[in-house]
Amino acid sequence: MERNVTMIALFAALIAALSLVPKLDLISGVPISAQSLGVMLAGTVLGKRNGTLAVLLFVAVALAGLPILAGGRGGLGVLAGPTVGYLVGFPVAAFVAGWVVEKWRSVDIGVAAFAGAVLGGIVALSILGTIGMAIVLDKTLLEAAFLALPFVPGDLIKAVIVAAITRSLFAMRPQFVTSRAA
Amino acid sequence: MLTLTSPVETPLHRIPAGIKLAAVCIFTIALFQLEHIRLIAGVTAAVLAVYPLFGRRFARAGLKLLKPLLPFIVIVAAWHWWLAELAAGTAIILRMIAAVALANLVTMTTRLSDIIDTLSRLIPRRGLFGLTPRIFGLSVALMIRFIPTAAEKAERIGLAWKARSARRPGFRIITPVTLSVLDDAAQVSDALKARGGIE
Repeated sequence: MERNVTMIALFAALIAALSLVPKLDLISGVPISAQSLGVMLAGTVLGKRNGTLAVLLFVAVALAGLPILAGGRGGLGVLAGPTVGYLVGFPVAAFVAGWVVEKWRSVDIGVAAFAGAVLGGIVALSILGTIGMAIVLDKTLLEAAFLALPFVPGDLIKAVIVAAITRSLFAMRPQFVTSRAA
Repeated sequence: MLTLTSPVETPLHRIPAGIKLAAVCIFTIALFQLEHIRLIAGVTAAVLAVYPLFGRRFARAGLKLLKPLLPFIVIVAAWHWWLAELAAGTAIILRMIAAVALANLVTMTTRLSDIIDTLSRLIPRRGLFGLTPRIFGLSVALMIRFIPTAAEKAERIGLAWKARSARRPGFRIITPVTLSVLDDAAQVSDALKARGGIE
């Protein structure tokens, strides 16, 4: 119980810290937000239950008023804005990513983590983000999808990075990678 | 870490968080039902007019919170200008500003602890799948306490990288930072257990 709570709370803090450290370039020169990377990582490392809870905690505290969303954003206004779909999608992305890594045991964890990151952090997250934009900006789903599209290449790179990180963490601290707990 | 609550005291600060949250919900749903652009514009103006009532500092902070909307305003404006549907585009933009500005008012006039308390009250005392109000409160406290620590770790590991490479720290530092955070989590959990556990 204590282990779960601290893992969840500290991983949520990590997601916040990743978006606070501004000088993080994912690929040399290209400033991509590390936020969804943290969300995908929560799922692939902590698994579907703890990963989702970590991201839910993160979202709850961000909405409560801590400026920990990418760009120093936060507060209730985010729920009313065009990125609401992504915010709601964060816990779903973590859940899907964790579920894939937990279920797909027959492959190397790096492969499973990549698949999880893509299905959760790109497919699921983009779908929900698109729905959110469609509602707030009063556009059709197809039109909103166009707005979501430019982020996909960067997200694919993030998914590869998530896979690499998950794999390293599993090699160094398998006991923490709850998604593959023996 | 500093929250987005405004240090400028306003009468709104004294209204209970739950009431403000409910009011914003209802208002936003109602706002999305409006069709006439004059009505929407009026509502938007009314919401925006509240900010200067509390002083320049408050108003400027409020404006800063609206800045992230700018790229979307530009996109929608360009989109609708291209389609020659400027009226519809303006309505969308104004509605978005009104909804976000009102929600931001709640954030600026409500303490983080009050919102967390309100959220805690939604959790049944006996627990929901193991989550009790006490555990929720503890998790929030732990998370907030650890954000600066995690950020500092990232900063320091970034410096270690810079000492070894001419390039800027990138994704490569995320693994050691995560490792460090997970190790801390294990230690904190042991410390909690040593002191009697969470219950």
